[in-house]
This record gives sequence, structure tokens and C-alpha cells, in this order.
Amino acid sequence: MRLRLVPEETSFDFFKRAKLWLGISALMMVVGFASFLFQGLNFGIDFRGGTTIRTEASETVDVGAYRDALAVHGLGDVSITEVFDPAFEEDQHVAMIRIQAQDDGEAISGEMIETLKASLDAVAPGIKFVSVESVGPKVSGELITTAIIAVALAIAAVLVYIWLRFEWQFALGAVAALVHDVVLTIGVFSELQIKFDLAIIAALLTIVGYSLNDTVVVFDRVRENLRRYKKKDLSEVLNISINETLSRTMMTSVTTLLALISLYVLGGDVIRGFVFAMIWGVVVGTYSSVFVASTILLKLGVKRDWSKQANTTGNQFGNIDA
Amino acid sequence: MLQIDLWKRVLIWLVCAAGIMLALPNGFYTRVEQANDAAADIIAKGETPERLETAGQWPSYLPSGLVNLGLDLRGGAHLLAEVQVEDVYEARMDALWPEVRDALRPERDTVGTFRRQPGPADQIRLKLSKPEGMARALEVVRGLASPVTSLTGVGATDIEVSAEGDILVVQLSEAEKLASDDRTVRQSLEIVRRRIDEVGTREPTIQRQGADRILIQVPGIGSASELKAIIGTTAQLTFNPVVGRGSDADAAPGIGNKIVPSLDEEGFYYTIEAAAVVTGEDLVDAQPSFDQNGRPAVTFRFNTSGARRFGDYTAENIGSPFAIVLDDEVVSAPVIQSHIPGGSGIITGNFTVEESTNLAVLLRAGALPAGLDFLEERTIGPELGQDSIDAGKIATIVAFVAVLAFMGLSYGLFGLFANVALILNIALIFGMLSLIGGTLTLPGIAGIVLTVGMAVDANVLIFERIREELKAGRGPAKAIDEGYSKALSAILDANITTFITAVILFAMGSGPVRGFAITLGLGILTSVFTAIFVTRLMIVMWFERRRPKTIEV
Repeated sequence: MRLRLVPEETSFDFFKRAKLWLGISALMMVVGFASFLFQGLNFGIDFRGGTTIRTEASETVDVGAYRDALAVHGLGDVSITEVFDPAFEEDQHVAMIRIQAQDDGEAISGEMIETLKASLDAVAPGIKFVSVESVGPKVSGELITTAIIAVALAIAAVLVYIWLRFEWQFALGAVAALVHDVVLTIGVFSELQIKFDLAIIAALLTIVGYSLNDTVVVFDRVRENLRRYKKKDLSEVLNISINETLSRTMMTSVTTLLALISLYVLGGDVIRGFVFAMIWGVVVGTYSSVFVASTILLKLGVKRDWSKQANTTGNQFGNIDA
Repeated sequence: MLQIDLWKRVLIWLVCAAGIMLALPNGFYTRVEQANDAAADIIAKGETPERLETAGQWPSYLPSGLVNLGLDLRGGAHLLAEVQVEDVYEARMDALWPEVRDALRPERDTVGTFRRQPGPADQIRLKLSKPEGMARALEVVRGLASPVTSLTGVGATDIEVSAEGDILVVQLSEAEKLASDDRTVRQSLEIVRRRIDEVGTREPTIQRQGADRILIQVPGIGSASELKAIIGTTAQLTFNPVVGRGSDADAAPGIGNKIVPSLDEEGFYYTIEAAAVVTGEDLVDAQPSFDQNGRPAVTFRFNTSGARRFGDYTAENIGSPFAIVLDDEVVSAPVIQSHIPGGSGIITGNFTVEESTNLAVLLRAGALPAGLDFLEERTIGPELGQDSIDAGKIATIVAFVAVLAFMGLSYGLFGLFANVALILNIALIFGMLSLIGGTLTLPGIAGIVLTVGMAVDANVLIFERIREELKAGRGPAKAIDEGYSKALSAILDANITTFITAVILFAMGSGPVRGFAITLGLGILTSVFTAIFVTRLMIVMWFERRRPKTIEV
């Protein structure tokens, strides 16, 4: 007996409530964007400069005592959070200290770190600084620019590729889904105030890649079915295509999620934010390739008159023999 | 139909075998690493029985390339430094000033007397007493210019001479500034590399980034401050005649002199002649040692020309003090007791042993042409790195097992084929990483885990397609064949688009993010390879032996 995530034969009508789904997506995007505008992202030091220190002590972290010990140095905004992870030992108490960027463009000085360590040692004897990262405001500004360019470039490259391989309507549909995924991911990071650093940009780009992967598989089937069912409505063809690929869509999402969830639970706290972004992205990306990309494609319509063109158009690579 | 040429089959298996062989050393990481180090030592320092034994821990006929572990996994320090390229302009102008003076002196009749005016450090500003002689003065000073030696600045000269009223302004031309910046950064890079090599840490990464930045990553070093102590100081050593000593930092030093603070004595300043008798460039050796009172000191030796100048100067100036100046601070200012002919000497000061050792390293490696600003500093402790490796290992294994079980349950025998391909896939990723000397970072591990999840996608696409073909009533052979050929375009399109994003990540990202892009990109290549070649070959071989009438996918 085989494990089946979806029944062998499905014929869901994915467009029956198209307006509802588009509405929900639009609403979520608005909420996400508003949260980004008004609440703002909890930028890590990569993007706003400053210093983070990861401390490890054998005694429980007393955030208040830490704060008092550091306050005397007049470093401006200092935030201290305790970190929990199931993998920690009994006597391993970890805290993250974040210090705002100092006035000059440089990273914080080594002597300052030693002074801070001495002050903290008074309240938590034997405290260790297991990692110290400091980024000057000059670099962080550039990192933001680079990150934005990277995401924009990825979306543009993909737009062009799909346009070449399919039709422009497909490209727009795919990119709408991508923008949807990116906005929702940024939105959830802003809403939950999870630290947003360089690694999250990597996650965003991966989400772009993954969501696209899903969308392209559906579109590939749409292209094939458009040729096969010349007489059927576009909505019917889209529905057939999504239903046919539904089993694969679910399989891939579930295997990817299985892998990601094990990393989320067991992979340590250092990359948890990164993995969270990807899990979110896989869920949103799967949803968007069905409910956003295809719906946009339906609204835009597709040129159906394939007969006038050579039948290899839009399928340049289709004849490659493995 | 389901036919694959013999040569193709051999090739596919060979690729897989090569991948496993290349990945193998990573399974015995510590042992192979020790063996490699010992082998390198034998070449560098000669054979010893212990080294031979350690090198023998790993057979030499097996590949010994390892995946580099990134700083976030191994622990170490990361610095991003910006070279203060403008520092050099000032030094160039100071060097040019005597030349300008000597060139204009014979022209006194036309240009009158001239005097250097205060102004920006990267300019020489001269006030002429006879402004009508400006044309001649411009001509003479322009005669000092030489062509710029760079590809972009063809036809340009190194200095720009212009007149502002009765002021003559000399400054470096834009083309020369560009060429000078490039030289400065390259020299700095070289000096930083030499200094780090002197300290002898393993596998440092020292790279130029952009126009004026240097990225330095040293695994295994305790902290970024330690690293900065080695590379952060310019270590410009000069020996200058002392004019006077006082406690006023703002006193007028007089033409050609400058005031520099004392290194040890707070509040004391020396007035020294700006032109040095000898500089650190004339040093051939420097070693940490102790002075006659047993305090840490640094002994040094000059090259022949430096030794002659130093000897001549000391012979002529017995009884007067001279200053040993390091980065514009007077380390000490001893009085010359006698003629020092041999060209060697000792620097004493309030050093600790560590400081004298560092200073000796710095002097040996040479001075940085310009100062460094540190824009980014990261220190990752080795414990945190080890924790991350351990967590990453467990997570990868669990992810792996979960996906294997899931595939087995969903596709039965075909799932098993996909699972073998998945294992091969991971071996191929590690093999390729070892081959290209790629770096594995923590996000890189995430990339591999993600690949585990996504690698099955290509197989899923094919298997689902075969199911559909079977449902449509095709025979097993036909269904498998159609499944592969029809799924191909979807597989290629889906993977090419993901690959595009991995390439962009690689191009735009740095450090850990780049590590992620590498594993993701390699993962896409290997998963496409295993899906369309390896599982297909396995299915075909199985099919040829069994010739089943019906198949269940």
C-alpha cells in the first residue's frame, strides 16, 4: 500500500473562489507591507551597523544585571536577550547582546570589547564571549543596497527567462507570485520582529527559487495541455493542469518541509531565523504558485492559436534527449 | 525506448564512483587533515619519523582534498579593512616639495621668492612674490611631471600644476590618484599577507574587495583584536634628528620640522626634522630580544646603504639626540654616544615581551603604505563552531532519514531507486566541494539540507508522470520512457530558474551567504544529474533483468 498525499484522481476547481483567494492574498500583502512601513524590520547588525556579542556563562542569565553592568559605558542603545535551545547543556546559559553602531564609521574597538567583558565578568563570573561581530555603519549601508539589488536582479532574471521559454503572460504570473512571496516573508519578519540579517536575504532568494520551481512545473503542464485540449476553456485547462501536478506539488513541498523542520528543531539557534524564513517561504510559495500565479495567468489570458506557429516554439529545450 | 549505450552506462557509474572517492576524505576529516598537514611539513621542513607516521594515516593513493570549513564552523576572525589611500597623497607631496623647491630656485629672478602656504595635505601651495613670473613657474614645475604608468591613464601626467592668483598649486592628477590607489591597495594586501604568514596561521584568506578594501579571514585565531594587533599598525619606522623637546603640542615647529608625541611619556612632545635619516625600508632584519637591563627590546639590522647613512649621521652628530619614531610617535630618543658603524641597533622602550615580538614581526614584514580602517569585525569562538557542526550533522541525518522513509513509503521500489540517487547526490556535492576547494558554512549546511528536500523533486516529477502514463493505459516500458521524456522540460525549466537565483546569490553575496549559494548551486547540478541519468539507469537495469508485465510506481 502506497502513501498518497492526494487522491489518485482529483478535480478541484481552483478558480471557483478565485476572487476570494486573490482578495486574501492582497489583504495579506497589504498587512505585511503596512507592518513593514509602520513597525519596520528588526534589522540585524549587517544592515544597520553595531555589535552583537554572544555570551555563554554557567549561571542563569540575569538580563537586568547585564544591562546595569554595561550601562556605565555609555554605548547608547543596548539590547540583551536570552537564547534558549534544546541542544544547550544544563549549565550553558547563552545571551545575545546587541549594541548600536557607534558614531565613527568603524567597527567597535578590541579594547572596548575587553572592557565590556571585564564588566560582565563581575556579574557573571567566567562569562565567555563565544562570538563577537561588529559592523561599521559604512558597510551596513552598502549591504542593504547590495541585498535589494540581488533580490531585484533575481526577479528580473527569472522574468526574462520565463518570458523566453513561455509567453509574457506566464512571466507576469510567475513574477506576481514571487513578489507576493517576498512581500509576505518580509511582512512576517516585520510582524514577528524576527532578526533580519544577511542570511535572511539568502533565504528570500531561495524562496524566490523554490516558488518559481513550483510555478514553472504547473506552467509547463499548462503549456502542454493548451496544445492537447485546444477546444477547452483556459480556466478548465488550468484546472486540469493544477490537478494533474497536485500530487507532485504536495510531495515536493512535504519532503522539503520535512528536511527544513528537522533543521529548524535540531539545527541550533544560530540559523533558526534563516530556516524559519525558508519554511514560511515553502508554504507561501506552494500556495502562490496555485492561487496567485495561475489566477493571474487566467485573468491575463493566453494566446491560444498555437497552430500558426512551428510546434517547437516555446519549447526549445523540449527535444533534449537525456 | 529504454536503451542506454554501454559507454553512457560506464560513464555514469564512473562519475558516481569519482564523486564518492572525492567525498570519502571528508568522512575522516581530522585524520586526513593531520595527514595533509604532515605531508606539507615534510615538503617544507623535511622528514621526521613522526611526520611520516602521521602522513601515513591516510593512504596517498586516495584523494585527500577536504571541504574547507568556513569561519562560522571552525571559529576564527574576520576583518574587513579599508585602506586609507589618501594617506599616500600626502607622503607624495612631502617627497615632491624638495624637488619643486630645487627646480624653482634658479628661477628666482623671474618668479621672485616663494613660500609654501598651509593648505590641504594633498597639495603643495606656493605663494610667489612676483605673480607676473607665474607662467614661467608653471612651466618649470610642470617639467617635473612624469607620465602615469597605468592602462587607463594613457597620456596623462602624474601631477597637475595650476595657478590660483599668485598661488601656485601642485597636486596629483586624477589618473595618478587612481593608479596610486591601486598600487597602495596592492602593496597593503602584500604586506598584510606577509605579516600573517610571519605569524604562521593556517589557511588564511586575504582578498581584495572592491577598489580599496581588504578582506582578511583567519581560522583558529582567538579574536579579531589579536588579528588587528598584527595587521592594524602601519609600522612606519623612521630615525629622525631631534630639534627639541617640550610639553606643548601646538608649538610652532619651524619649517621642515614636525612635532610628534612621545609613546610612553604622557604629555611630552618632540620636535623632530621631518626628513628622516633612515627609514624602515632600509631594514633587512628585526628580532625580539632584551636590552642590557633585561627588558624586552627589538634588535635590527640595516642594509648597506642604510648602514652607511646611519653610520655617517652618528659619526657627525655625537652628543646630540636622535628619535626612533614609529607611526608618528617617538618610541625613544637616545643621545648618540659614539659612531655606530655596523648598521645594527636596538630599540628599547616600555615593551612587553608580546609587544616586542609583534614589533619585530611588523618591522620584518615591512610598513603598510597607508593606514587601515576596520569596517567589519567578526570573531567566532571554536566552541560555537563545533556546536553548529554537531547540530548541523544531526539535523542533516534526521532530515535525510525522514526524506528516505517518506520516499520509500510513497513510491516503493522506485522510491528506493530515488533514495540511492539521493545518497549519491550528497556524495557528489561533497566530492565537488572538495574538488573545487569550496567552503562549507552554516548556511551552506542549510543549503545541503534544502537540497535533500528538493533533490527528490526531479524524481517525483518523473515518477508522477510515469504514474499518469500508466493510468492512461500504457505498458510499463512505454510509460517509463514517456515519463522521462515528458518530465524533462519541467525539470530543466524548474532547475534552471533556481540555478539563476543561486548564481546571483553567489555573485552578490559574501562569506556565509556565498557558501550557501555554492551548496545550493552544486545541489541543483547533482540532483538533475542523478535524476535524469542515475535513477534512469537504475530503473533501466532493473527493467532489463525483470521484464515485469506490470509495474507499480
